[in-house]
Amino acid sequence: MDSKCFDLSGRVALVTGASSGFGEHFTRVLAAAGARVVAGARREDRLHRLVDDIAAAGGAALAVAMDVTDAASVAAAFAAAEAKFGTVDLLVNNAGVAAPGTLHKTAEADWDWVVDTNLKGAWLVAAEAARRMLAARRGGAIVNIASVLGMATSRGHGVYSATKAGVIQLTKHMALELAGKNIRVNAICPGYFKTEMNDEYFDSAAGQAYIAATPGGRLGRMEEMDGPLLLLASDAGSFINGALLPVDGGHLVMSI
Amino acid sequence: MSTKLFDLSGRIALIAGASRGIGAAIARLLAEQGAHVIVTSRKLDGCQLVVDEIRAAGHSAEAMACHIGEMEQIEAAFAQVRATHGRLDILVNNAAANPYFGHVVDTDLPAFQKTLDVNIRGYFYMSAGAIKLMREGGGGAIVNVGSVNGITPGPLQGIYSISKAAIISMTKTFAKECAGENIRVNALLPGLTKTKFAGALFTNEDVHREIMAGIPMGRHAEPGEMAGAVLYLASDAASYTTGICLTVDGGLTI
Repeated sequence: MDSKCFDLSGRVALVTGASSGFGEHFTRVLAAAGARVVAGARREDRLHRLVDDIAAAGGAALAVAMDVTDAASVAAAFAAAEAKFGTVDLLVNNAGVAAPGTLHKTAEADWDWVVDTNLKGAWLVAAEAARRMLAARRGGAIVNIASVLGMATSRGHGVYSATKAGVIQLTKHMALELAGKNIRVNAICPGYFKTEMNDEYFDSAAGQAYIAATPGGRLGRMEEMDGPLLLLASDAGSFINGALLPVDGGHLVMSI
Repeated sequence: MSTKLFDLSGRIALIAGASRGIGAAIARLLAEQGAHVIVTSRKLDGCQLVVDEIRAAGHSAEAMACHIGEMEQIEAAFAQVRATHGRLDILVNNAAANPYFGHVVDTDLPAFQKTLDVNIRGYFYMSAGAIKLMREGGGGAIVNVGSVNGITPGPLQGIYSISKAAIISMTKTFAKECAGENIRVNALLPGLTKTKFAGALFTNEDVHREIMAGIPMGRHAEPGEMAGAVLYLASDAASYTTGICLTVDGGLTI
């Protein structure tokens, strides 16, 4: 291992949920590390600025419309990616949604929306990526974005938490099944970061009090996900498989 | 971006158990990233070989003898770091003992005591000594090299596995109590790695077969495959990561 071990030159990466938050950030990070990147989101028009920025910085990027809950849409996105750059050998399974509330009051439609996006969507995308990596007879890496809420509990986040626990088991099982084919599957479990999904809460008095009580006394900063992502994506993580990488400022060693 | 992210220029890093194997691989990578590495193990000669190699590559290192099973040697090591550098930014606890290989019930008292003296008391007081120096400098990072045996006992390695389980709790405990002081404490849990330390796991055919059957990737790791994860945990790339135990095991603990 030398300092080049985090480099992604020659790799083709696909990021889901790339139109905002973590996904948009991850796409930029992977491009800066040398990968050719495919940004996926439901609304392709929201990806143009991202793709233009990467191209302007000398990178190669493609925007694809992709609804992770729709197998045909997922397959079409991967086909477009492959036509442009070749087989995707790095997937960042990031698309996710939340519907806070107690479980006994959760509407069935909200349950379906969160489970379909976070769990079924993660499976559809990872399975499509794996089939194509296997068909191309090459290894690859899948990085699933789970959550510390997949490992611990927090009142009012039951549905989200259940789907993220599901993503963790999806990660382990796919790692088990694909390890012999040189495909690594790992999960990052972010703690609390400020994203568009939760900024309203963290700006409130209750949210501020919550942050103050965490071990680090602050939320994570977006760029603090760069290192974890590159470790799992690159050859620096060549023997890391089926692992969970929490990035939570120590939240899990406290009671959440 | 990525080159800066893992940069360790100006950092002082002490690597315990760095004369060979995983520790030497860690020392090489951290030095390559710009840290001045203090290569320690029981015997100075072995450390010096690693230091010579690092210097020959144009990087910065020094050798220091330190048997972490001896309290006075731990104290002397930190006194020397303080006198020479006045600070410490990174500690990698990697000096482990595994003197007994056999059925757990037959563990003799000297082997039991040696395992605990090095793997638990040694890691503990190395951490405590490092943290006192890190506090003065405003922060730091500790990486404890544990083992997957701390999660699932390894065959015929009972007391070693027990000591490695303690390292998992030690990591979380120090992380929790030091999070407010800008000191991060994490653990790396290696799986089967080709080192002299793990020699018995390769030469005992039954044990080797049992372990290999449990590794989904179907191979052991080379020592260098542990270094990237340690660099991550030791660097600013992990600025929001503390209290974690990262398995690097080819899927063994899935």
